[in-house]
Amino acid sequence: MTTMLLNTAAHSAGYTNKLLLPHWAEVVRIIPEAEGVTTFQFKFIDPEVQSRYRFEPGQFNMLYMPGYGEAAISMSSDFDTDHGLLTHTIRHIGNVTKATSRLKVGDMVGMRGPFGTSWPLEAIEGMDVVIACGGIGLPPLRGAIHRIIRNRGKYGKVILLYGARTPKDLMYPSEYDAWQKADIEMQVTVDRGDDDWTGRVGVVPMWFYHFRVDPHKTAVLTCGPEIMMRFVIYEALARRVPSEHIYISLERNMKCGQGACGHCQQGPFFICKDGPVFPFRAFEHIFNVEEY
Amino acid sequence: MIDKTLTIGSTIALPKPELDLLLADLRGNGFQTVGPHLQDESIIYTNIDGLKDLPRGMLSEQAPASYRMIQTGKERYFDFIPGGQSWKQFLFPPRYSLFNAVKDGTWQLQENNEPAPHYALIGVRACELAAIHIQDKIFLREDFSDPICRARRESLFILAVNCLDPDATCFCVSMGCGPRHRAAFDLCLTELDDVFLVEVGSELGRSLLFNRTFDLPSAFVQNSANLAMERAAGAMMRTMDTSDLPGLLTGNLDAERWTEVGKRCLSCANCTLVCPTCFCWDATDQVDILGKSTRRDRVWDSCFNPNYSSVVGGNTRPNIRSRYRQWLTHKLGAWKDQFGVLGCVGCGRCITWCPAGIDLTEEVNAIRAEVKT
Repeated sequence: MTTMLLNTAAHSAGYTNKLLLPHWAEVVRIIPEAEGVTTFQFKFIDPEVQSRYRFEPGQFNMLYMPGYGEAAISMSSDFDTDHGLLTHTIRHIGNVTKATSRLKVGDMVGMRGPFGTSWPLEAIEGMDVVIACGGIGLPPLRGAIHRIIRNRGKYGKVILLYGARTPKDLMYPSEYDAWQKADIEMQVTVDRGDDDWTGRVGVVPMWFYHFRVDPHKTAVLTCGPEIMMRFVIYEALARRVPSEHIYISLERNMKCGQGACGHCQQGPFFICKDGPVFPFRAFEHIFNVEEY
Repeated sequence: MIDKTLTIGSTIALPKPELDLLLADLRGNGFQTVGPHLQDESIIYTNIDGLKDLPRGMLSEQAPASYRMIQTGKERYFDFIPGGQSWKQFLFPPRYSLFNAVKDGTWQLQENNEPAPHYALIGVRACELAAIHIQDKIFLREDFSDPICRARRESLFILAVNCLDPDATCFCVSMGCGPRHRAAFDLCLTELDDVFLVEVGSELGRSLLFNRTFDLPSAFVQNSANLAMERAAGAMMRTMDTSDLPGLLTGNLDAERWTEVGKRCLSCANCTLVCPTCFCWDATDQVDILGKSTRRDRVWDSCFNPNYSSVVGGNTRPNIRSRYRQWLTHKLGAWKDQFGVLGCVGCGRCITWCPAGIDLTEEVNAIRAEVKT
């Protein structure tokens, strides 16, 4: 028999299969946030993994519930503000996220991450910042708010526009005072009020009619239902904010987080690795294409 | 004795029965020999031992939504083109177990570290080899390396075959992929009536021929092979105009034709399963009945599956029109942005295996015509 010149490195099978392999993390704190929404703080079991882990506001983790699967969940805090803990605010609505509603302190979940792009908090230093979010779109921006507060002097006027379905759905209400004390102008609106609601009823984009925007030095960060973002962008563009200063964060079906499984493709992008945060400039040619 | 002078690019003449010896040598060196085999009225790629397993004297006759085997009575083993399946099932397994998560007080992970098989692919066509190279750009990237595919890819032996009789659904000439092999194989066969011409393509391929004695092909044999290959390229009936395909498709997302093809497409995902470049996958959990352990599998997925683009707020592509548009604009458009090449090699499988007989070359032509008017 002929003995062949084999690729010995490959033939010795030196590869281990690390695909989709999570690290275990435990629940250290549970904060009921609103109806059907909970904030969890996690810490990796392996101290070595925990000490290496860094993330930026706007990025996300793949959270694994054994037996249920993974869900892409955005980081809802700033790394430094929460002392390195992984904070995730989760709406219990899908298969995996419903399972998380039964988590107790000390329970384990799998985590992979962080993945994706982050809010451009350094690039927009020196500018006014309009943060426009709706519903579960606030958690991905909460870390950005915390980061801005810690570096408040580096930004101009900061306006937070936040909309929820009802007053019961408002998230992080205990933090609003601190945000306003840090000179963040906060405007809250709901779709439907209740007997005690004295604030505004309406939609987020309409708040643009209540303040002036200096288009040359304003950045807009927006996250929420795409229909809300569409009109936030419309109002911002109408005020001559250039599209490269408008940043959007998108939600798509994701299975890997690494631009490999294909699910989150839209046009030339893999939303999981080229996004989820995009300058609208890069995305505007396909943003309004129906069902693309 | 000419073996000592064999170099990359050399061609020898191999009597057909001796292919069995080469395959046995491959197995002796730890390779699993997989190749074409006639089963259930079609050609599948599976484990083969030698010539006896190959589809001798069989030809495939393919058309949109039609695949028939025909007996030719000739002593030919590689006349059929192309097989119903592609080689991607070996490099990118349709279902692969990644790990078990086991609950024993706390959760533990048990990785699946089974060694990758070393495949020798017998009978790889030029379009199929091009598809393997396209999938390399997806699975073996700088920023993402798929460990399952990489282990299989890097220990691969490729015995290529030149196509001499393209089928009616083939259009590899339009895609610049075939029908003749140019490089990147270990050995390449050209089949004539009574002999295989074998071209050496790599050191690994050369080492398989070491210590054997072979005849050099006569000028007549060499000439017949060249003529046959030229004839094959000229016999390609189907064509696709590829000029600025990405611009044409991604620039006309509102074309009427998408709505029209959306009415014919059944969203069955056949095209993505037979496609040698489609790479989408899902991950699923298989839980044991006691809930104490769960196996996580990576499985093929398709952009035609309704759940593919579902998020909790709904499906971002609820209509078949948008799924077909996603598939075609990705394969012949955005693929280039993502991986630097188009995602089509002109093998024609998606045309043959579409139960509705949708033909992507016809769709591209229709969109081109619609835009012009």
